[in-house]
Amino acid sequence: MHQPHAEPRRSIYYRYQVFDAWLPPPSAPLQQAGVVIAGAGPIGLVTALALAQQGVPSVVLEAERQVSEGSRAIVFTRRSMEILQQVGVAERVERNGLAWRFGNSVYRGQRVFRMEAPHSDDDRFFPMTNLQQQYLEEYLVDACRAEPLIELRWGNQVTGLTQDGQGVRIEIDTPAGPYTLAADWLVAADGARSPIRTQLGLKLEGASYEGRFVIADIRVDLPLPTERLAFFDPPWNPGNTILMHREPHGIWRLDYQLPPGETPEQALHPDSLRARIDAQLAMIGHPGIAWELDWSSVYSARALTLPDYVHGRVLFTGDAAHLLPIFGVRGANTGFQDAQALAWRLALVARGVAPAHLLASYTQERVGAAREIIDEAGKSTRFMAPPTRGFRLLRDAVLSLSLTQPFVGPLYHWRTSRPHEYTHSPLNSAGDDNALFTAGPAHGAPPCNVRLGPDQFLLDHLGHGFTLLCATAAAALPEALQAEVAAARERGLPLRVIAVGAPQPVTGADLSLADADGHLRARHGLRAGGAYLLRPDQHVCARWMTLDAHRLRAALQQAVGQAATPTTPNPGA
Amino acid sequence: MPSSPAATLTVPGLEQVYDALASAIDQAGPDKTELFLVKLALLNADALADPKRFDTHIQAALRDL
Repeated sequence: MHQPHAEPRRSIYYRYQVFDAWLPPPSAPLQQAGVVIAGAGPIGLVTALALAQQGVPSVVLEAERQVSEGSRAIVFTRRSMEILQQVGVAERVERNGLAWRFGNSVYRGQRVFRMEAPHSDDDRFFPMTNLQQQYLEEYLVDACRAEPLIELRWGNQVTGLTQDGQGVRIEIDTPAGPYTLAADWLVAADGARSPIRTQLGLKLEGASYEGRFVIADIRVDLPLPTERLAFFDPPWNPGNTILMHREPHGIWRLDYQLPPGETPEQALHPDSLRARIDAQLAMIGHPGIAWELDWSSVYSARALTLPDYVHGRVLFTGDAAHLLPIFGVRGANTGFQDAQALAWRLALVARGVAPAHLLASYTQERVGAAREIIDEAGKSTRFMAPPTRGFRLLRDAVLSLSLTQPFVGPLYHWRTSRPHEYTHSPLNSAGDDNALFTAGPAHGAPPCNVRLGPDQFLLDHLGHGFTLLCATAAAALPEALQAEVAAARERGLPLRVIAVGAPQPVTGADLSLADADGHLRARHGLRAGGAYLLRPDQHVCARWMTLDAHRLRAALQQAVGQAATPTTPNPGA
Repeated sequence: MPSSPAATLTVPGLEQVYDALASAIDQAGPDKTELFLVKLALLNADALADPKRFDTHIQAALRDL
């Protein structure tokens, strides 16, 4: 019988709440569900919330009875904040997190590179926001508990599964014994060690690196701004790299590489931790300062992905689908994009609005993103933790040169997580005017936010379905277009129409933005009659210099995997 | 070695580089020779501003070791 910890986890700053385990009714051996999500980490919970916004209920199974141990993912990118805004928790993250945009690389006491992440007046969120993962999970749990379409089952551990073409039978153990859940779909958001991945015998592809790193969270009063600090080859840990990040509640994250041959047990021994943390704090000018440990862990740098995230009725997302080095904050920030990319497709398929093969484009887009990240992260990892003598020599040469030669500085800037552009997605419209645009987000790109007022941005107004952004000065959208929009909604596609550029409300639009200064249109390269179609995950799938009803229909069909034969015109098809 | 339109060293110039490099290797000392040579290679690569040509140099230098 599964017996998760019933005692709150220990922390010097976070109060853990232990939830009641969900127990199966004694006389119901088999239960039914539509979508089941394994794992109530940030990625599973975002998936559940995004599905609920599409009207699709889900059951979330979590083996534990409380949120995660330790701060884990602490840096959330702007794109993650935009995704969290979509699921309704960004405000709490922003209110309680620490926003930042600068990083400093230090060698021999000298700052040899300063990273400045771009931040424009059109962005609602800072490039980075630091918050401990427990808080993020708490906010997501609160949002899920307030959502009637989500059933969160604490203390429910997946122990086995079988599937056929129609669904998945999930074996689950609880403190009151096992039960079986028959689901149409199972989302595996069960983390880096994914038991479901193991159950299915799936192998990750890619590279594992030698380097192992200690993560330690300490409470210490340091008079330093919220900026990332990276120390290379410090005297107390020769050849290795130390990272420092500020977290809320007076907590600092220290992250340092283990000497070769040292075991995790040795590295996490209190004496070892104390000596190294003292040495690091002394090196930055605070010898003997008082500090207290909250949590520590060891991880290794890996860059691995499943080659396919869709296995019959089982869909992988987040760390269950890929393991990415944390340099460049790529774990959770990649996972949120997975969740967002998966949820709208799964919702349309589950509701019967789109064919099941729409899910193939999820694999295509997100495995592509993971491979790109693995390639980029490999470069960062080879600099941070050189795998061979040659790479170590080059790294050391760059460190030495950087004291006087600025041209090597950019090598210190490991590429930070950024939203993937689905440039070659099969969902992009084949017959639009993408190539004719000279400004704005192109095919597959994430949206471009625009400030509309003191506390108002374009992304605040995108719904949870498709968004048609139409530039017009007229009093009404063309009747044929309005009829096409109505027909799409009739077919079950959620579609919101935003008119841009008319001083008065536009008939046929759900929302009219005057855009008096033309800034929104300029950012998108839009003139009257032109339009953008954004998917429910806000990525661009079509844009037109002049939109007509036929091309809107074609783009919507393409975007939900129902494209007519491209060569067409075959009225009978 | 692939030919290149760029100017080559004169014999006196080559002799000057020869002596200067030898002296610098001695100055760096056995422990730091590799580090010194890699730094030098990176500085030369930056001045060359041509990764493809740099790669032909790598291939030429790897020959007959």
